[in-house]
Amino acid sequence: MIALLVRDLRLAVRAGGGFGLGLGFFLILVVLVPLGVGPDPAVLGVIAPGILWVGALLASLLSLDRLFALDHEDGSLDLLATSPIPMEAVVAVKALAHWLTTGVPLVLAAPVLAILLNLPGPAYGTLVLSLGLGTPALSMIGAFGAALVVGLKRGGLLMSLLVLPLYVPTLVFGAQAVARAAQDLAPDTPLLLLAGITAGSVGLLPFAAAFALRINLR
Amino acid sequence: MASLWEYANPVKFMKLSGWLLPVSAVLAAVLIVTGLVWGFFLTPDDYRQGSTVKIIFLHVPSALMAINAWVMMLVASLIWLIRRHHVSALAAKAAGPIGATMTLIALITGAIWGQPMWGTWWAWDPRLTSFLILFLFYIGYMALWAAIEDPDTAADLTAVLCLVGSVFAVLSRYAALLWNQGLHQGASLSVAPGTRMDWSYKGPLYLCMTGFGLLFLALVLAGTRTEIRARRAKALISRERAAA
Repeated sequence: MIALLVRDLRLAVRAGGGFGLGLGFFLILVVLVPLGVGPDPAVLGVIAPGILWVGALLASLLSLDRLFALDHEDGSLDLLATSPIPMEAVVAVKALAHWLTTGVPLVLAAPVLAILLNLPGPAYGTLVLSLGLGTPALSMIGAFGAALVVGLKRGGLLMSLLVLPLYVPTLVFGAQAVARAAQDLAPDTPLLLLAGITAGSVGLLPFAAAFALRINLR
Repeated sequence: MASLWEYANPVKFMKLSGWLLPVSAVLAAVLIVTGLVWGFFLTPDDYRQGSTVKIIFLHVPSALMAINAWVMMLVASLIWLIRRHHVSALAAKAAGPIGATMTLIALITGAIWGQPMWGTWWAWDPRLTSFLILFLFYIGYMALWAAIEDPDTAADLTAVLCLVGSVFAVLSRYAALLWNQGLHQGASLSVAPGTRMDWSYKGPLYLCMTGFGLLFLALVLAGTRTEIRARRAKALISRERAAA
């Protein structure tokens, strides 16, 4: 399992793996929003939590269609399926690798980009905390979506259509937590609910995703 | 005593639905027409909302069926996953577009009512938002059915999507409650004593709700029958090719 994790991380980091693309996308999105809505700091401060969360969501979606598709094309997914590791573990490890290469950089970059968006001072800690709690759920839900469309030629667009509605609760709770902190309100409730979604997704979705993968490999 | 599972046999299902379909379709037409004529022409206008309130006779039944169609899809998907009855998978497939249409009708009639009453076509109210998200779920479900060629794979994957989607749809509903205060009123109908609606409204509303339920049944039966026939035709064609 660790070998699989290391392999996935290596593939992501080395040339052509798309590591950093998500981060670059996140940066561009955050730069584009003020260009679109105007440079008024008050307006930007109000919409900053939503922009940062929507940006994180889209950035993590960007690299998802490669999660199983490449392995499916070159046949290594079949090898993984016949290996002694259960499929559920394969899914979980791949989602973990996706989170480490996409989610963690987003969490680390978010406070810097929040400065650009004039996010109010008290919200920075909550921003990092909420993204840290929420991005594993994004990776795991995305892995489920990627497992559903793995056999399809042009699965990428369909996957966004399937995955984005599933992202709704995560987005709402995450952005709410940051928005509440920005107004000096207690962000505990949305944060706890966000943690609950992550725990539920990480605990249950590997089974659904592994089931979908097995069907696709049939 | 015939068990429900006998109708998992396509031949028996076709036989049963052959007479159930016209009966439910005619009953649905009669109930909806009666309900709408009663509601639109014989029921007095509301003293504050005027005649705009009467859109309730379309809005509430379609919203009801929009949710129930998803529940039916969920049950049918479970039956398919557990007992592998093809009719069940095909019924779930048939329910998708119907549920999506019902959702759209509920959203549009709501907007038409909301424009004069709330002064806006759309508000980011929890109920409205949940319905829009439900609509997105329906679109994703139908897109997945359309994208996969092998019918059994498609049935399996859409069934899993339906199960996972149901959990997230419910989560979204409650997430929306935390996210914004509502403009939409609470339930107007209730089985609790002291309901606030007069029979001149309740009567046609119940008729329309039952009618929409039967309409949904008729449409699902028609859709399932079409799917079964399409599959039979495909099987016959491939058999002919194999023989030639």
